[in-house]
Amino acid sequence: MKFTKINSTAIPLPIENIDTDQIIPARFLKATTREGFGENLFRDWRYEKNGDTRADFVLNDARYSGKIIVAGKNFGCGSSREHAAWAIADYGFRVVISSFFADIFKGNALNNGILPIQVEEDILQTILQQIYQNPETKIQVDLEKQTVEVPDLNFNITFDIDAYKKTCLLNGYDDFDYILNQKEAIEQFEQNRVDAFFL
Amino acid sequence: MIKKARTLFDKIWEAHVVERKENFPDLIYIDRHFIHEVTSPQAFDTLRQKNLPVARPKQTVATADHNVPTKNQHLPIKETLSKFQVDTLIQNCRDFELELFGLGHEKQGIVHVIGPELGLTLPGMTIVCGDSHTSTHGAFGSVAFGIGTSQVGQVLGTQCLLLHKPKTMRIEINGKLRRGVSAKDIILYIISQISTSGGTGYFVEYAGTAIEALSMEGRMTICNMSIEMGARGGLIAPDQTTFDYLKGKEYAPKDEAWNKAVNYWGTLHTDEGATYDKVLYFDATKIPPMITYGTNPGMGVGIADTIPLDSFEGSLDDYNKALWYMDLTAGEPIQGKKIDYVFIGSCTNARIEDLRTVANFVKGKQKAKDVEVWIVPGSKSVEVQAKQEGLDQIFIDAGFELRQAGCSACLAMNEDKIPAGKYCVSTSNRNFEGRQGPGSRTFLASPLTAAAAAITGKVADVRTMLQEETDLLTV
Repeated sequence: MKFTKINSTAIPLPIENIDTDQIIPARFLKATTREGFGENLFRDWRYEKNGDTRADFVLNDARYSGKIIVAGKNFGCGSSREHAAWAIADYGFRVVISSFFADIFKGNALNNGILPIQVEEDILQTILQQIYQNPETKIQVDLEKQTVEVPDLNFNITFDIDAYKKTCLLNGYDDFDYILNQKEAIEQFEQNRVDAFFL
Repeated sequence: MIKKARTLFDKIWEAHVVERKENFPDLIYIDRHFIHEVTSPQAFDTLRQKNLPVARPKQTVATADHNVPTKNQHLPIKETLSKFQVDTLIQNCRDFELELFGLGHEKQGIVHVIGPELGLTLPGMTIVCGDSHTSTHGAFGSVAFGIGTSQVGQVLGTQCLLLHKPKTMRIEINGKLRRGVSAKDIILYIISQISTSGGTGYFVEYAGTAIEALSMEGRMTICNMSIEMGARGGLIAPDQTTFDYLKGKEYAPKDEAWNKAVNYWGTLHTDEGATYDKVLYFDATKIPPMITYGTNPGMGVGIADTIPLDSFEGSLDDYNKALWYMDLTAGEPIQGKKIDYVFIGSCTNARIEDLRTVANFVKGKQKAKDVEVWIVPGSKSVEVQAKQEGLDQIFIDAGFELRQAGCSACLAMNEDKIPAGKYCVSTSNRNFEGRQGPGSRTFLASPLTAAAAAITGKVADVRTMLQEETDLLTV
């Protein structure tokens, strides 16, 4: 999925260390396709055991909506399940802003057209406060320019992204096709190996 | 020419670089690929869409572990979706000609338990699996790490991945462990000190006399939980302990190939003078039996300690939220807390050594009345071995339930779940909210501490119990 610009309101989720078991609990990993995981995104925070929605959770709060999640630090830790990225994308999110991301989640997000943006902790707090003050606050993300802009705050910062991953997102490429094109180099590597006692 | 001093990690990584370009991730060759039913079906779909075969079918091995029952495995799986997922794995392995150790197979088990016990996991390899606890295999001196399903597809289709080289960290633990303290306590202690994000961005090498003294099982427990400090993986230099464990294993090299392999593996250590991006030191003699009290693996304390009044890092709101979920109070002792379940299992602690430790401790004892105790072996082979050694009878006599191999109550995606509000002392790796079932409350601990809880029905200090036994013997 191509990614260029997003201009959207955002969901504040200031909890730290949100693990992928919270994003999508294991009991919902039984599907064999990529679709439909959004239904169970943050399942146990969104719903009571009897299936009623929990009014105190932000996704059930009508004031907040949008394509951006603004989350506490160390977002996506724990299990490597790509289902977490699928659930976030399926629900309609395209950007997660946090002060720190777990490695595997970050890779999974990028492989599914979701842009993880890491910002300094104080900037994260500023954005969160602004959203709480005015849930209509627009956040503008420009991948080409690598900027996050909050016009209400008169605020414009740049973020880092791996140059290769940026190209992939802008053009909708993934690693797979690139690696397939290296077939010759891979076969050459296999022939030259001296340490492959297991083969 | 003097060769640059390199770390163990650097040596293995560099030996697998197929292609390197500036400002671009390395193209890394993957030697061994493990797959299971949960994170592979969508990867096979991608191969079908791209009309690709599996590039190197002999380098991928499959098993069913996450979504399987641990009782009556000879019967069809009752739950429709679970059955479909396990059947899909069978079909995919058939279609793409991959070896499958499926349910009922004598080699079936948790993917990170069977790899090592079959000798599929070897020093110097790059190993991946769609599971974060793939770091377990690092105990053999391999570069092993978890990947997402998109990457599972890439490995199936090309045997390679595009990866940025992580930073390196050395964690050195020296000294002799105290009585009642094991590998699990070492790793829970380290994570409690550096937090669940303290290792993010790094690949960790564990070293020092305390690590060298560990069995392969203990080393696997340590490397297994590397991901719980956020690290990409963890590894330990192979040594005689490693070679002794591997020799004669079914898929390990034999005869002349074995000798060549051991010669090569002998070079897999960090050179004198090699530098790491970060180095940490810990004193093994200061590590107590550990237990977690919160909702991430970094929230751990010594078993005789009180629950901290404040989080050492992170927000107070999150800290209070965790204690509220656990229904615990800051400042109260954790010891003596009544528990409902004991789960001895998972890729962290369900190997034969873990079962032996538990059996040795509980022999002649009875579980507490209101506690349910599940022992779930990590593999079919562990189950068979336990029975051959008569451990099953010790468990039955103690009132424990010995089940069949699988991930079981570690992640609650199968039938084995801890009910809402109940406390479980668990030898697994994660105490996240709902990890063992919606509303479940997990105390992570070592097999020995779990066994002590099973007998007393409470969070108990195993050191006191071991001391009492010694006192009795010396009277």
